[in-house]
Amino acid sequence: MSEKIYLYSVWIRLWHWFNAFMCLLLIITGLSMQYSDPEFPMIRFDWAVSIHNVAGVILVFSYLYFLVGNLLTANGKHYLFRKGIFKNLILQARYYAFGIFKGEKPPFPISKEHKFNPLQKFSYIVVMHFVIPCVCISGVMLLYPDVLVIDLFGNKALHMTDLLHVMLGFTISLFLVVHLYFCTIGHTPISNFKGMITGHHETH
Amino acid sequence: MKKIKPLWFIIVFLLAVSVSSSLFAQEETTLIDAYNLEQNETCLKCHGHANYFYYNEGVERDLKERMNPYFVIDSSAYYISNHKTFLCVDCHSYEYESFPHSGELRMEIKFGCMDCHEGDDTYAQYNFEQINEDFHISVHASKHSEDFTCNMCHNPHTYHISARTNENMSDFILYDNEICLTCHADISKYQLLTTMENPNVLETHSWLPNQVLHFKKVRCIECHTEINDDILVSHNVLPKDQAVSRCVECHSKDSRLLASLYKYQFTGDRNKAGFANDAMLDESYVIGANRNYYLNVISIVMFGLVLIGLCIHAVIRIILKH
Repeated sequence: MSEKIYLYSVWIRLWHWFNAFMCLLLIITGLSMQYSDPEFPMIRFDWAVSIHNVAGVILVFSYLYFLVGNLLTANGKHYLFRKGIFKNLILQARYYAFGIFKGEKPPFPISKEHKFNPLQKFSYIVVMHFVIPCVCISGVMLLYPDVLVIDLFGNKALHMTDLLHVMLGFTISLFLVVHLYFCTIGHTPISNFKGMITGHHETH
Repeated sequence: MKKIKPLWFIIVFLLAVSVSSSLFAQEETTLIDAYNLEQNETCLKCHGHANYFYYNEGVERDLKERMNPYFVIDSSAYYISNHKTFLCVDCHSYEYESFPHSGELRMEIKFGCMDCHEGDDTYAQYNFEQINEDFHISVHASKHSEDFTCNMCHNPHTYHISARTNENMSDFILYDNEICLTCHADISKYQLLTTMENPNVLETHSWLPNQVLHFKKVRCIECHTEINDDILVSHNVLPKDQAVSRCVECHSKDSRLLASLYKYQFTGDRNKAGFANDAMLDESYVIGANRNYYLNVISIVMFGLVLIGLCIHAVIRIILKH
């Protein structure tokens, strides 16, 4: 028998899906711009630029909403490192690499107090507290390249800022793929996706 | 005494530097014949200033008059122009040497560029004949017939080549774009040839993302001319509906900027350090045109490995039903 825990409040679910949709739009339009080719156009370049710019600005505000939400609610505590994180990371990685195939119980079962397992926690903290802020800052700089990049740091900085932005974008796209796959590891392959819609997490 | 020696060395060195630099400076100015400078000064003493003096025999004294602003020649711009070695009377009538000038001289037929530049081996590298052909099929010539001359863009008193000689790309982009804007941002000059209202360049280009950066980093002719590899600068200015409006023409691996703006910088290897079209990178960064081969390979390999890893994990889970 499975047990249901209410883990994801409405504001988190709204933010999550909104954030996911914006990230997806940004990855697709970003790829289309980076590999633009007259012979094989993915999205018309000027459309891709416009969509990327609008989605980028929305992502910045969405991130600020997430930060404020975390400051005002108890959700923020799930995005802080605790003692013994590295030891726990190894235990969780070992579980995903071997234990899961042997039918072992997860070493860190999900509860109201521990919404994420150590691997989730580590990746979410890195993505939400480092990658997303950096991609937002570099993105805003590229939105006003003449004022925020060239005037301040010179011509060559434009190239460096864009490289950084693209590499961070690539990191987010990798995260998205891995995140989607690990979400299939639940009570059933779709129970975690359902949980992010209903707010209830189904335990094993 | 020993302490004085280094001081002497410094003094002698500084003297040598100052003498040699003044010699080099002299060499620069001697490019223009002193005779020409002197001869031209007879014209420029009046035409080089906003006001001029002349002796009026009627009142028997010097009078100060205002020079027609269209006849004022900026001598400092002239002496760095392509025609700096010319005497004024090489192109204008010798009769101008007497003052007051004859009224008939106003009807003087002015030289066109091709009068001197056509069929001369000295200028073979510039291929003026092809430039002339391209100009005659351009919208400038076809819409305005013979009223539109080379001089409209290339003021013979000030024009100097800049794209090939100026290392600062921003400078020559500004210089070249100002040539277009002398008409397209100045209604009085624009309406010399048309009764149409001059469109506002900022409004007609409002569709362009990062408009300011585009205006600073590329010349108008990058999008508004047809590229011709036989000449150094394209002269076939296209009608506005045929101007480049597809961003990917520049924002792609085979960017047209390499055949126009970066023609002089792009001399060989197109992909140094893995960056496509690396000639652009010193001055700018063009999304889509400056992708990096090595980063592309690394990202594809990383993505592939992650996907393979996840697939293997998923298959084992399915087989073991976990």
